[in-house]
Amino acid sequence: MDETNTSTYHEIRFHGRGGQGAVSAAALLSLAAFDDGFEAQAFPKFGSERRGAPVEAYVKISTTAIRRHNQVYQPDAIVIQDQSLLKSIAVFDGLKAEGFVVLNAEQLPAEADKLNISRRQWACVPADHISEALFGRPLPNTVLLGALVALTHWIQLTALEQAISHHLASKGESIVNKNIEALQAGYRSAMQTMEDVA
Amino acid sequence: MRQQLEGARAVAEAVRLCRPQVIAAYPITPQTHIIEHLAKMVADGDLIAEYVSVESEFAAASLVLGAVAGGARSFTASASQGLLLMTEVLYNIAGMRLPVVMVCANRAISSPINIFSDHQDSMSQRDTGWIQLYVESNQEAVDTLIQAYRIAERCELPVMVCMDGFFLTHTFEPVDMPDQAVVDQFLPTFQFARTLDPKHPMTLGGGSEPENYLEFRASQHVALLQAQEVIKTTDADYAEHFGRGYGGLIDPYRVDGADTVLLGLGSMMGAVKDVVDSLREQGQAVGALRLRCFRPFPVLDLVQQLAGVKRVVVLEKAFSAGASGIVAIELRAAFYDAGLSIPVAGFIAGLGGRDVTPAVIEAALHRAIATNTPIDSDFLDCQLDSVL
Repeated sequence: MDETNTSTYHEIRFHGRGGQGAVSAAALLSLAAFDDGFEAQAFPKFGSERRGAPVEAYVKISTTAIRRHNQVYQPDAIVIQDQSLLKSIAVFDGLKAEGFVVLNAEQLPAEADKLNISRRQWACVPADHISEALFGRPLPNTVLLGALVALTHWIQLTALEQAISHHLASKGESIVNKNIEALQAGYRSAMQTMEDVA
Repeated sequence: MRQQLEGARAVAEAVRLCRPQVIAAYPITPQTHIIEHLAKMVADGDLIAEYVSVESEFAAASLVLGAVAGGARSFTASASQGLLLMTEVLYNIAGMRLPVVMVCANRAISSPINIFSDHQDSMSQRDTGWIQLYVESNQEAVDTLIQAYRIAERCELPVMVCMDGFFLTHTFEPVDMPDQAVVDQFLPTFQFARTLDPKHPMTLGGGSEPENYLEFRASQHVALLQAQEVIKTTDADYAEHFGRGYGGLIDPYRVDGADTVLLGLGSMMGAVKDVVDSLREQGQAVGALRLRCFRPFPVLDLVQQLAGVKRVVVLEKAFSAGASGIVAIELRAAFYDAGLSIPVAGFIAGLGGRDVTPAVIEAALHRAIATNTPIDSDFLDCQLDSVL
């Protein structure tokens, strides 16, 4: 956390499908934000507890204590883990005018142009592709978190690296290292698309 | 140490700090994570206790009944239908005056089936003779769990710590975990005066007659009323040990100088306090009062705290179908007996996990202020037309 910052408050909404790890991603982000010196809160909203069903998870990051336990309705950023949700869920609902979107997709979908969201607010990263190369199956979580940091700079990438090292330690060194690689790859991929837009 | 923890994990850690000897529970959403963490602690040797996997909530409650009667500090947890299945045993635990501590991860009741949070499950157990404490945050869940053992063991009464399912159990937020050494100072080893012992045979909960049953039941009521003082002093002493207190029975927030006070329970009160702050900034004389202890019902404290206000808005996540909001009914009775004619606006909200947003809270306050007459059982944020 940059000590010179004045008070900040950010709300992030994750959209995923049961089993994709939206809840874990939100928890990990809150852990990293906390380690980075912020107050943080994360919690899930399960549609119903089954694999493949749409899931939402919320993260709040603040410089002051977070007292309320409400869901997030006007996010400062949304992270979409599964492109198919664009067709079935109103994922952009309430997104603030200057809000950010991280999307797991090879390229920006056609419908993106219809939305009143400038290209500078997007980070479209092929997180399935990147994570499959590392893990042998699509685990887009940490890739998308890297992209979120690149887009927003609300917390430091090193805080997420440390959170992964610390909180995924029980899963073994190889899993930790691959997740950190995935995080950094997501960060680089988002930085690249942002440079292309600029 | 301050840590970012899931609520279920935090409360499991708090249970561990209390050194329970017996844990028995049956999993039910949203309580499951709590007992999973405890089972793992026992399996890993991080908690020396007997963890009993039982075949139902009825068995879980029966098992901790027997364990506490045998002199072992015990823990169980449940929610929703699981808590209802415990009902018969909950009455027995209270009737035998056994200091059992449990967590209710508050969840709605079937039918229709719903895994999300409201207070109907624990509220429906209000007559069992258990002390019921409702918490606002995961920090308070941890602190109240530790307080609960001391209250239970001092009063020889069972205590249910009620924490909202998902809104608290599944939420990661910062929690300052107390040090074991200080918890050990605060919470002495459990020494149960009526421990069942074959060398000194005794019966608990045996048969009674019309000549003495009434006295047993009345003495239970007296014990609950007397527990109010213990709940207050325990919270105050906890604050001395750990630097955090919650007001004991009630948690008033900016009630001084308020014309309108919103009274409620549980995790939604964080948002209520935010709304109070924003309305105060606009010059509106509003305050909030969180009912931390619902059983025993703190009549005197409520009357003292609210005697000077113009109206009270009660917002509750449970109701007695065909009557009204449960807390609203009891508050009106308390006011009536105290000779106070303060209008109570009773709203029911947030059932089955419906989020009680700042907008909903503000709407309730504005309606109560605008009408200025009693309101009974108004369901907030409810599209009743769609089902009638």
